Amino acid sequence: MGYRIGIDIGSTTVKVVILGPGPDNPILFKHYERHFSQVRTKTAEVLRQAREIVGDSPVQTSISGSAGMGVAKAADLPFVQEVFATSETVKHWFPGTDAVVELGGEDAKIIFITGGLEERMNGTCAGGTGAFIDQMATLLAVTPQGLDELSLKYKKMYPIASRCGVFAKSDIQPLLNQGANKSDIAMSIFQAVVNQTITGLAQGRRIEGKVAFLGGPLHFFKGLQQRFQQTLGLDDDHALFPELGLFSVAMGAAVCSENTGKPMEFQALLEKIENSAGEVSGKFLPPLFADEREYAAFQQRHAQASVPKQSIQDYIGGAYLGIDCGSTTTKLVLIGEDGQILFEYYSSNQGNPVDIVREQLLKIRTLCERDRETAPPIEIKACVTTGYGEDLMRAAFNADMGIVETMAHYRAARFFNPKVDFILDIGGQDIKCFKVRNNSIDSIMLNEACSSGCGSFIETFARSMGYTAENFAKVGLFAKRPSDLGSRCTVFMNSSVKQAQKDGAGVDDISAGLSISVVKNAIYKVIRAHSASELGENIVVQGGTFYNDAVLRSFEQELGRDVVRPAIAGLMGAYGAALYGRDMNRECSSLLSIEELETFSHQAKPSVCGLCANHCNLTVNFFSDGSRFISGNRCERPLGRGRQQKLPNLYEFKLERIKKLAEKQNSNTPMGKIGIPLGLNMYENLPFWHAFLSELGFEVVTSAISSLELYSKGRTSIPSDTACYPAKLMHGHIMDLLEKGIETIFYPCMSYNFDEGKGDNHYNCPVVAYYPELLHANMTELKNIRFLFPYVGIHRKKDFEKKICKYLQEQFPKARFRMPVIQKASDAAYAAYTAWGKEIRREGEKSIALCREKGTKMIVLSGRPYHVDPEINHGIDKLIAQLGLAVLSEDSVAHLIAPQRVDVLNQWTYHTRLYNAAAFVAGQPDMELVQLVSFGCGIDAITTDEVMAILEEQGRLYTQLKIDEINNLGAVRIRIRSLLGAAEERSIQAKNQFQKVQRIQAPRALKEEVPCRT
Amino acid sequence: MPNLKPAANPVNHRVPVAEFTPEMKETHTILIPMMLPIHFELIEKVLQNEGYKTELLRTEGSQIAEEGLKSVHNDTCYPALLVIGQMMDALHSGKYDPHKIAFLITQTGGGCRASNYIYLLRKALVKSGYGYIPVVGINLSALRGGTGFRVTVPMLYDIAHCVVLGDMLMCLHNQCLPYELRKGDTQQVTDKWIGEVKKVLDGKHYQCAGKLKALYPAIVRDYGMIKRSKEKKIRVGIVGEIYVKYSPLGNNNLEKFLISEGAEPVVPGLMAFLLYCVYNGIEDQKLYGGSVKNAFGSEVLYRYLVGKQKQVIRAVQKEGSFAAPSPFSETLKLADGYISRGVKMGEGWLLTAEMVELIHEGVENIVCTQPFGCLPNHIVGKGMIRAIKEKNPNANIVAVDYDPGASEVNQQNRIKLMLDTAAAKMREKISESR
Repeated sequence: MGYRIGIDIGSTTVKVVILGPGPDNPILFKHYERHFSQVRTKTAEVLRQAREIVGDSPVQTSISGSAGMGVAKAADLPFVQEVFATSETVKHWFPGTDAVVELGGEDAKIIFITGGLEERMNGTCAGGTGAFIDQMATLLAVTPQGLDELSLKYKKMYPIASRCGVFAKSDIQPLLNQGANKSDIAMSIFQAVVNQTITGLAQGRRIEGKVAFLGGPLHFFKGLQQRFQQTLGLDDDHALFPELGLFSVAMGAAVCSENTGKPMEFQALLEKIENSAGEVSGKFLPPLFADEREYAAFQQRHAQASVPKQSIQDYIGGAYLGIDCGSTTTKLVLIGEDGQILFEYYSSNQGNPVDIVREQLLKIRTLCERDRETAPPIEIKACVTTGYGEDLMRAAFNADMGIVETMAHYRAARFFNPKVDFILDIGGQDIKCFKVRNNSIDSIMLNEACSSGCGSFIETFARSMGYTAENFAKVGLFAKRPSDLGSRCTVFMNSSVKQAQKDGAGVDDISAGLSISVVKNAIYKVIRAHSASELGENIVVQGGTFYNDAVLRSFEQELGRDVVRPAIAGLMGAYGAALYGRDMNRECSSLLSIEELETFSHQAKPSVCGLCANHCNLTVNFFSDGSRFISGNRCERPLGRGRQQKLPNLYEFKLERIKKLAEKQNSNTPMGKIGIPLGLNMYENLPFWHAFLSELGFEVVTSAISSLELYSKGRTSIPSDTACYPAKLMHGHIMDLLEKGIETIFYPCMSYNFDEGKGDNHYNCPVVAYYPELLHANMTELKNIRFLFPYVGIHRKKDFEKKICKYLQEQFPKARFRMPVIQKASDAAYAAYTAWGKEIRREGEKSIALCREKGTKMIVLSGRPYHVDPEINHGIDKLIAQLGLAVLSEDSVAHLIAPQRVDVLNQWTYHTRLYNAAAFVAGQPDMELVQLVSFGCGIDAITTDEVMAILEEQGRLYTQLKIDEINNLGAVRIRIRSLLGAAEERSIQAKNQFQKVQRIQAPRALKEEVPCRT
Repeated sequence: MPNLKPAANPVNHRVPVAEFTPEMKETHTILIPMMLPIHFELIEKVLQNEGYKTELLRTEGSQIAEEGLKSVHNDTCYPALLVIGQMMDALHSGKYDPHKIAFLITQTGGGCRASNYIYLLRKALVKSGYGYIPVVGINLSALRGGTGFRVTVPMLYDIAHCVVLGDMLMCLHNQCLPYELRKGDTQQVTDKWIGEVKKVLDGKHYQCAGKLKALYPAIVRDYGMIKRSKEKKIRVGIVGEIYVKYSPLGNNNLEKFLISEGAEPVVPGLMAFLLYCVYNGIEDQKLYGGSVKNAFGSEVLYRYLVGKQKQVIRAVQKEGSFAAPSPFSETLKLADGYISRGVKMGEGWLLTAEMVELIHEGVENIVCTQPFGCLPNHIVGKGMIRAIKEKNPNANIVAVDYDPGASEVNQQNRIKLMLDTAAAKMREKISESR
């Protein structure tokens, strides 16, 4: 055995280990370095440092790591899969280890050793790893090390979605905007990584015994170590954080080279690696600019779209202030009577927008006061806030009004180009686009939580490659061969970049490729456009991301037409807000004065609302004048304003009815307890089974209403992480039943649903139909009890009775069930089910009548029966109610219209209701439809398009809310308010057509004026 | 009480359906998206015998997925995206006169969203201004006729034989290709026999069965003649959602990749899927009641097809040098103890049964392929792996998701982990036997 070299080239770093001769594998050399995509040169560089150690002895070499695969192939050197390499390391260096957790730049791995070797890696949709932590650090404006230091001072944890980086981000952003403590967020981020690892990888197998934690992140971050140790309940003797953890893959690769690598001269090895460089394969795209001249012409064209500016010193008259507190940036614009800009400010939030705005307001107030001898002071006549932090800013600085950001952007674009018919805004966190028709917003599209390929992504990426965002963009402008990185969410892009690196792409190609991807993501994923003409003639692009010339150019290239980018592309929200303020015709603004601003201070404290089962995570902001502002609430209750007048809410109604039924006790229960998990189709079928089983003498016990806590109980046994949240919750429901001591659980498989005679067929979706099979196969706990999951077809009553009778006779031979008894129970079950549906429909009709009497606008929140579950809908119904609207459900209105013919195969009972509800709403001017879609629901890829087509055919707006574990209610609020704003503008225009409809009062959240202070 | 009378049913369809008229048989070329190269070439021949002008789309490349992304909802499953993308790509290639073509698409039906492909394709065509291009679907309801494209009973008869033969050729091809000593030998034999089978198919209806059966021994013998190395390779089974399981376009050339890594791909045949579909008709009646007549029809068809499959198995066994596919009647039983045969959406219980079958045949290494977010596979694929490993501790299964955004390097890395583990196990076994 001679010298053995292990090279581990990961997504961000390269590690080299050299083992000397001898059975105890002495480590003679180890080195760790970031490679910034310069995979081959960096590897060769590191190797050269080791030259003296090896001398002229022959060496054996193996390469490992995700980016190493390409190098190995090109250099014709043996490759060892990294998890396999880790196993070898553990065998040689850490004997007695029972399990290994290894986190890398973009991969997460678990190896179970004791009790059957099993090696697992994260799937394609799971980015909660090193790169994820880096991204989160950027979001908090600290270094990764800083993040770790912060985390150790935490006091409280927030639930942060652990599925992937993008989801977590949309949880963290609102927390930041609400002023939550950074230390708490930092530790919550680490906890999210831990949860992700356990849920996504352990999949039901317990991580116990001696556990070795390896890889970069687990080596560097003490906070992460702490979270893992605590969550897994490991003491110091059982949690190993070896010094060599960083090099585990490289060490394993070195050991493996005994089997695979042929001995060669060190020089030969070096040459092989060096000479493999430069080979470019894979997919690439045409360059953005052919040459400097083309770029110059492009710059000149866009320079024309500018806004008049005037020095604030020279200006005399009233001024209007717009504050756009976005998710990652804060923008302020002060304008004069003619819309000229007097003052502008654009900056990253750095996690604390309140302080930034205060500083700027002081500056503006001082500038406006100016030297009174030279000119009269400028009166700020109005101040309007917008963006994610709109409410907080309005409360903090006593602004006059808050408007929803979509309206602000449209306002600005219209001022710019009155003919504008399409606006695309790519900001730090979100993509917004709206079509404009007849001077009103026609449709609004926002990116789903899963596809935020936005500005902050490029920024984070640039930083990880060692560039500023600006320089990174510049590098890409003249790339010869931009990499084709696909057009999906950022997690996928990350791995596409990895692929491009493997194919030998340079930083310039990746930069240009990323710009193109961001644009394609917006066009094909968010807008889902088919051709440029579909978008419009006069396209205005805005948002900070379009400052990036590479992105702008990609967009024009992709569309094949020129667009307008206002010079103030990043300030449009604030500018629009200022314009809105100008048109308010106020005499003076209630904005804080210089004195008030100087003494202003702000403190944010987290708290949990205990007024209902939602347990909203509140952030209470205290201001120096004694006032406070609460955010994070879904409803009005924690604000202490007392309950407002109750509006109809079918979701609440249905939930209450389910709760009541679940509590219903039966007196005569000789058959004992039988448990039913309260989720998925049970939200609708519980009345049926409850009646059926009660009639047969069972005491029906249901699991509790879902909560995050309940979810946590069962999440370790989830085998497929990308299934929908409602399905994944079922694991928790089973655990809940078991905790209640239930020994018989009834949860039937149902290929077919009830036949309501309104579609081509009456299936359940595959997940609803067969989830009991999955639970049976994956929850070991079920092996100790009686889990009944017969296949039943309730669509054929007679057959149902026959089959279930036989089944129950087999299962409960002592009970001696006979057909007449079964039939009686069945009659009761069918009657209960029918009555249930009838009641919902009657409540729907009653609510509509009530709303029409009062002129209340209604939202038909369309989903599935189980979307009533508060953990699934995250209280969206309450949020809508808070905006002054009534909430109806799809099943409460679907019967009010004749069955629809649709352009897709109408074969699922629940989905048939969606189509009918949409067709009904399309004909009701005082209703809007909002569709709830669970992330991962494949069937909704079909229904959403069809529901949209039904609504748009009749000129109505379509709004879709994608929901998952996350509860990003801020985004939901914006969407609903935008929908209302757009609907209102439309209804004003179409007033004549709907004379019968009373003028709908503007919901209070749309226009919240604060009385003038002076 | 306000007026709550049901509104009138909207009269017109938003997506008009272009019919394939009898006249089009003369004028239009039917474009068929590719899934299984051998099988589809044979099936194409059956259509041509009926006088239809056809063309199999053999295109590949990233632009197909791009076209798909533009044409259908991006969360639609990857197979739909590729199949529709391949058609749109053909349309935009300029190779065809759009007024002289039609598209063919298979419609599996059932509770999986795959039954909606044909509707999505129509929507895509209308959206891009090609609403006049007729789309014909191959499913059982097409038997009832009405349009110019009809799958007749004699055609089905021929197609069934194509599937049986396709499976046979594929099975033998896969067992020779990784071991062939002279590059190209295997492909040559396969091409030869595709040609021969096509010749037989040219004859009158209901006459091909006997003639085809007569070819079996010669086919097996021919493959047996290919000079192969005796090297022991890792055998890797491929199961999954039907399109990504079979189509090289869908699974990034998975078979080729496995061969290049020194493994032998083992791919269960298409006939099992057909039999599964037929069998579900029988099972449905058992579970839920309903027409006994239909179930009886399914039963008859089932027995017939099982018989056909057995003929191939016997021929392969007789020659002796190749592993024969398992008869469906065996596959069927393997689901027991894992999953109910009531799971009938997508690939349903068959997928689980195939994994168990592979393991029983000694193929312990398996790639379970699915489109990202495939609903049935949550249950029958990923959902059953744990149960399978519990009962078969040696099973080495990797689940791989396919998606237009999923990077090949990630997929390959996970497959390599499976292969490395397999190799280590093989080394262990060899050293043990010594």
